[in-house]
Amino acid sequence: MKFAILINEGPYTHQASDTAFHFAKAVLARGHEIFRVFFYHDGVNNATRLTTPPQDDRNIVDRWSKLATGSELDMVVCVAAAQRRGIVDDGEMKRNGKDATNLAPGFRISGLGQLVEAGIQADRIVVFGD
Amino acid sequence: MLHIINKSPYDRPALDSALQTGEGGILFTEDGVYAIAKGGAAEAKIKAAQGKFKFYALSADVDARGLTDRVMEGISVVDYGGFVDLVAEYKTNQSWL
Repeated sequence: MKFAILINEGPYTHQASDTAFHFAKAVLARGHEIFRVFFYHDGVNNATRLTTPPQDDRNIVDRWSKLATGSELDMVVCVAAAQRRGIVDDGEMKRNGKDATNLAPGFRISGLGQLVEAGIQADRIVVFGD
Repeated sequence: MLHIINKSPYDRPALDSALQTGEGGILFTEDGVYAIAKGGAAEAKIKAAQGKFKFYALSADVDARGLTDRVMEGISVVDYGGFVDLVAEYKTNQSWL
């Protein structure tokens, strides 16, 4: 079965990003496919590679990056939500005249159409947020 | 429909909203699991609805909140794999955020 996951909450806020991560791992462990993980609203903060949590704490961003590269997950960050919150890739840096990028590996910035497509293509979509 | 509730019944009325839909499955996650504590404020509501709804709770969140030995009767405690199975089993799901 094809799953899509929507994450509307940032890391280290409540628990949504953690629950979504464990859910995503379990989806793959059950032999299902994840069509896409879409990060929206404050959820885009899961995609900054500049986070530095204490060493004995989980690194939520790295965890997503590793899952994406290990399982070829398509992790999409909403462009409008990213611009508001300062989540930047090369394209956005040039387009908006910024001097840095911070998008973590495994993520890509795109539009809301990607969420709509995930809703159409996936058999199930599950929302995680606060 | 599978209703996913991640808010404590002491905080938000998500359980009441879900129960108003009439029937289906209700999965408690995160702070939502406080609803399934024996002697809790939501116990009577859940008991009254057990004919129409099936109730589930996520084991990691039950354990993290010290409720392992306080789970009401009639609640199925599931792990993350069970969470996935429930989403697959029910044709639609709703997260009450």
